Amino acid sequence: MFRGRRSSGRRLGIAIVVAAVVLSACGSNKNETQKGADGSGSGKVVKIGVIAPLSGALTALGVGIRNGADLAVRQANEAQKIKGWKIVLAPEDDTATPDVGANAATKLSDDKSVVAVVGTLNSSVAEKVAPILNNQHVVMISPSNTNPSLTQGTDPNKKARPFDYYFRVATTDAIQGPFAANFAYNDAKKRNVVVIHDKKTYGQGLALQFKAQFEKDGGKVPTVETVEPDDKDFSAVLSRVKRFNPDMIYFGGEYPAASLLTSQADQQGLKVPLMGGDGIYDPTYISVAKQAAEGDYATSVGAPTDQLPTAKAFVDAYNAAKYPDPYSAYGAYAYDAANVIINALAQVLPDQKKIDDALRPKIRQAVQDGSIDGVTGKVSFDQFGDTTTRILTVYQVQSGAWKPLKTEEFK
Amino acid sequence: MSRLVQQLVNGTVLGATIGLIALGYTMVYGIIQLINFAHGEIFMIGSYAGLAVYTYVLPDSLTRNPWVTLPVVLLAAAAASAAVAVLAERLAYRPLRNAPRLAPLITAIGVSIALQEIIRLFYPGGKNVLSFPRIISDRTFSVGGVTIAWTSVFAVTAAVALMVALETFVNGTRLGKAMRATSQDREIAKLMGIDTDKVIVVAFALGGALAGVAGVIQGIRFVSLDFHIGFIAGIKAFTAAVLGGIGNIRGAFLGGLVIGLVEALATEYLPQGAAWKDVWAFVVLILVLTLRPQGLLGEQVAVRT
Repeated sequence: MFRGRRSSGRRLGIAIVVAAVVLSACGSNKNETQKGADGSGSGKVVKIGVIAPLSGALTALGVGIRNGADLAVRQANEAQKIKGWKIVLAPEDDTATPDVGANAATKLSDDKSVVAVVGTLNSSVAEKVAPILNNQHVVMISPSNTNPSLTQGTDPNKKARPFDYYFRVATTDAIQGPFAANFAYNDAKKRNVVVIHDKKTYGQGLALQFKAQFEKDGGKVPTVETVEPDDKDFSAVLSRVKRFNPDMIYFGGEYPAASLLTSQADQQGLKVPLMGGDGIYDPTYISVAKQAAEGDYATSVGAPTDQLPTAKAFVDAYNAAKYPDPYSAYGAYAYDAANVIINALAQVLPDQKKIDDALRPKIRQAVQDGSIDGVTGKVSFDQFGDTTTRILTVYQVQSGAWKPLKTEEFK
Repeated sequence: MSRLVQQLVNGTVLGATIGLIALGYTMVYGIIQLINFAHGEIFMIGSYAGLAVYTYVLPDSLTRNPWVTLPVVLLAAAAASAAVAVLAERLAYRPLRNAPRLAPLITAIGVSIALQEIIRLFYPGGKNVLSFPRIISDRTFSVGGVTIAWTSVFAVTAAVALMVALETFVNGTRLGKAMRATSQDREIAKLMGIDTDKVIVVAFALGGALAGVAGVIQGIRFVSLDFHIGFIAGIKAFTAAVLGGIGNIRGAFLGGLVIGLVEALATEYLPQGAAWKDVWAFVVLILVLTLRPQGLLGEQVAVRT
């Protein structure tokens, strides 16, 4: 008797707690929708994630990506591009570290309202992030990954797309490396180039693509050396390459190491230009290396943002939005990537009453088939998820700033 | 021949800075048997303190004169690093003085993360790579085909001078004697009337100051810094301290030189040397520890030279 009463009392208690939880959940749901309605005149929320380094040595590039995507989302909300829906940006910091990026990808893909991700900056991070997002059917568009294997698989003779949900608006190193090699051989008239890379997916891939084409052109690569990306003292490796009397150093890697490499090469009396890819194309490279950077070359994807007529609207809007940081090398690409996603959402979402499991594959199809006139040029994807635009630019450091030397479409 | 000499120079310069940081590891270990994993970050704080004083305190008219700028920046960095080291001791390690040894070790890792995050979040522009001022000219000179930068001369001279000064202090002063006594047996030293808490604070302060100077040296040599520099530097310096025989001042410095030289020579003479240089440094460590577990100069607990 006593026991029975107690247990029924407990059951009642549980029932009350459950009811309270359910009620409060309903209540908060209602609040959220109301807030959404007040904020933008639309009821439902859909999220676009960003995975990029927002702290650490590559912050300058990562923040540019986040701001570019943010600008696209703000404009879409203001123009009410998707009737009845509000887009929210969900930026995550990957600190340029693959494992941190993988955590961010898991977190974002667990949120059903996240339908696509802009990022990552680094190819090495994308190698961990892309499989996770692909399994969860979240579209990923990178503004800057250039390693070919992400779209074409590891075997260059047998191209096979590893991730159906992975796209990129950047041209790959299979194009950037040879483009740099042709410039070095034909325009800069270099014949004897030492190649150094940082063993990361991006740096190594780019450096070896450069070497292959440069040798095919008739140039000589006497040695390929490697460095640790976190090292500061490169004097030993520079002393070693001096014996080859190179007329240029090609570096596959990013600006933190590259800026130290070029200034230490100068100190060692190795006064030849350094050439690198889009990873060194950042103002920080010059602010650290100072006069040692003069004359150095960098290739980067696309045409220079501030000189494209189509990009003027982007640059003006970016400046008007008063972001504290510059849009850097990939801001405009992140903006285009976000707009490709928004374009796909505008096609798919109006027919959608709520977010369900069938939504993500629909968005993927819309991205694959879509095509927009972006600020960096026409944006559309081939069957591997690579951009169909293959424009690249060579820059050179002249009086303390990157100046574009040559822009062309690589064939 | 000149190539060999050039690499010996490169290795010595690299090793001297590592050795300077290793002194702090070895001193603290010698006295309280704590591996202070936050020491790399103390070094990083020194670099930032030097930059802060240069940027925000020194008037522009003075920054062009290295004879004023350099001592001011060095002193500020040493003071800031010493202060942070002492603060960490007071707040994080002292409450755990009698706890199992793992507790302060884990705490040290926590302090290390905390310091990195403080710089990352609160130093203006701290999230990005910052450029360090060229306080000393980056010019070089050549001797028989060997190129040496003046900044390297400064780095080695400062490191050797500080190591000798530390040795003299530990061997020649009353406080130094108290440090040696404390490292031999803290309890007995206390019974003999030595204020062991004060001795421990002094060890942290000295180690911190040396790391701060090393931070400025690194800044001057590489004209750039970020909040992450303490990690690699800390690991290399810790390795150097173990290699030389942890607890031994000369050993720590020697360990730093050995690591620097192994890295430089491996880069020059071994196939794919640059890619494997860290591996060779650790191979040497393993060999030394297998053949001589107490380290190169023996694990005479601190400063008992």
